[in-house]
Amino acid sequence: MTNRLSAALEIAERSDTGLVRGQNEDSVLADARHGLAILADGMGGYNAGEVASRMATTLLASGLNAAFSTSAAHRIDGTTGQPFGVRCLVEQIEAVNSAIYRASGKEERFGGMGTTLVASVFCDDQVIVAHVGDSRLYRLRGDEFVPLTRDHSLLQEQIDSGLISAEEARYSMNRNLVTRAVGVDAEVDVEIHLHQVRPGDIYLLCSDGLYDMVDEADIRQALLTLGDNLEVLASHLVQMANDNGGEDNVSVVLVKVLREFPAAGGGWSRFWSWHV
Amino acid sequence: MAKLILSMDGLVLKEIPLRKERMSIGRKAHNDIQIDNMAISGEHAAVVTILNDSFLEDLNSTNGTLVNGQSVRKHFLKDGDVIELGKYKMKYLAEAVSPVEEAEAERSAPFRFESVSVVGSGGAATPSTASLTGVETANLPAAAIRLLSGSNAGHQLQLTKTLTSLGRPGQVAVIARRPQGYFLSHVEGAGFPLLNGQAIDSSARRLENHDLIEIAGVKMEFVLKT
Repeated sequence: MTNRLSAALEIAERSDTGLVRGQNEDSVLADARHGLAILADGMGGYNAGEVASRMATTLLASGLNAAFSTSAAHRIDGTTGQPFGVRCLVEQIEAVNSAIYRASGKEERFGGMGTTLVASVFCDDQVIVAHVGDSRLYRLRGDEFVPLTRDHSLLQEQIDSGLISAEEARYSMNRNLVTRAVGVDAEVDVEIHLHQVRPGDIYLLCSDGLYDMVDEADIRQALLTLGDNLEVLASHLVQMANDNGGEDNVSVVLVKVLREFPAAGGGWSRFWSWHV
Repeated sequence: MAKLILSMDGLVLKEIPLRKERMSIGRKAHNDIQIDNMAISGEHAAVVTILNDSFLEDLNSTNGTLVNGQSVRKHFLKDGDVIELGKYKMKYLAEAVSPVEEAEAERSAPFRFESVSVVGSGGAATPSTASLTGVETANLPAAAIRLLSGSNAGHQLQLTKTLTSLGRPGQVAVIARRPQGYFLSHVEGAGFPLLNGQAIDSSARRLENHDLIEIAGVKMEFVLKT
C-alpha cells in the first residue's frame, strides 16, 4: 500500500528565505511513501516562527504516521462515515496546536509564536486537505488551475462580505493578517475537505511568499509548462517570487499524481462511503 | 494611524486621525467630524477603519460624496485618495510607519512586525510594504528564437511569455524570461539541450546574443533585439 503510493506520487519541495527576510520561518515536509505533504509558515519574534513551523510539520507527520500504522487513512470511520484520515488530521492538528501553545507558554522567547498550516494526505485516489491560516493548496487539472483552500485571513473575510473587491484586495494593507493559526490559542479550528484525485493532477502547497509575489496566471503558466519536471518547476516558482522582490520566505511543495492509487479493498470502502 | 487632512480652497484646516472604528462626518454637532456648512448633510458620510483598511460610505447625503472626482456610495480608501464633500476636501493618508515606530513595535509586539500576525491575538497591526507583483522585465530587450534546421527552418519564435517551451515529447527544454535575462533549462527527456555544441546540465544557463541551441535534433539561434 505504501509502495503503491510512492509509485503513484512524485513530489518536489523548496523553501527559500527570499531576498528581504533574515531567516526562513517556513517549513515543508513531504513523504511520498505515506502520501503526506505539509507546509507551515511560522510567526513570532526571534526564531519562534521557525520553531513553530518546524514543530508543526514534524509533529504532524510523526503523529499521522503513527495513527495510520494502526488504521489506514482511507478506512471509513464507523461513527463519522468519513475516511479515518479526516478525523485523524483534525485530531493530530489539535495535538500539534496544544504542543506549540504549551511551548510558547513555557518559554518566554517563544511567547506568542504560531504558524499557518496546510496539510494533505493522499490515499485511495483521494486527497484530504486540512488548513489553518493563509497558506494555500492549488490544483492543476488539465489547464484548470484553482485553489482548493480558502484563506483564513481578514482580507478573505472582507472579500466574502463584499466589503472589498478582489481587485481592491491587491492594494489592501491587511493582506498578511490571518484569522486562524496553529499554536496561538488553546483551541484551533481546522478546515478540512476531501477531493477525488486524477492521474495528471498537480497539487501545489505554498506560503503567501509565493502568491503575494507572483500572479496566479504566472504560477499556472509555470505549472503547465514545467509540469514534466517538478524539480525545475519548484526552483522556477521560488525564482519568480525572488525575481519579483522576494519580500517574504517562499515555500512550495508539488505533488504530481502519476497513476491511480486505489487502496486494497478500496471497492468496499467506497461502497460504504456511498451508503453510510 | 491613518488620517484625513481636511482642507478648503487649498488651505489645510485640520488633520484628523482615524482613532475610532467608525468616524461619522456631517453638519450636526454629534458627528465625530463636524463640518458646519449648508452643503453638508446632517449625517453626510462615515469612514469605517478595520485595522489598516478604511472604507468610506456616503449616508444618502443630499449633495453626495466624491472620491478623486467620482461620485461614490461605498469606497475602499487608498493612500492619497481625495474625498470631496461640497467645497471641502479630505485627503486620506494611510498609516505611515516611521523606522522608530517600527522598531518599537518590533520590541513590544509579540509577533514579528513584518511577518504574519494574528488578528486579536497579536494586536499589532502589520502594514506591509504592499508592493505588488509584476515581473520587472521592462528594461529587458525583446528576444526571439530563430529556427535554423528542421521543417520550420527560417521561422522565428518571439520570447514574450515568462516561459517558452521548446522541443517535442521526449525532449523538452524551456526558456525563462527573467529580469536578469533569458535562461535555458532542461525539462524532460534523456537528452539534454546543446548550447553552442555543449550539453547543458540540470542548472539553468543564461543565453547570450547569437547563442546556438540544439534541442531534439533541431538547431536554433537565440537573438536579442536591440
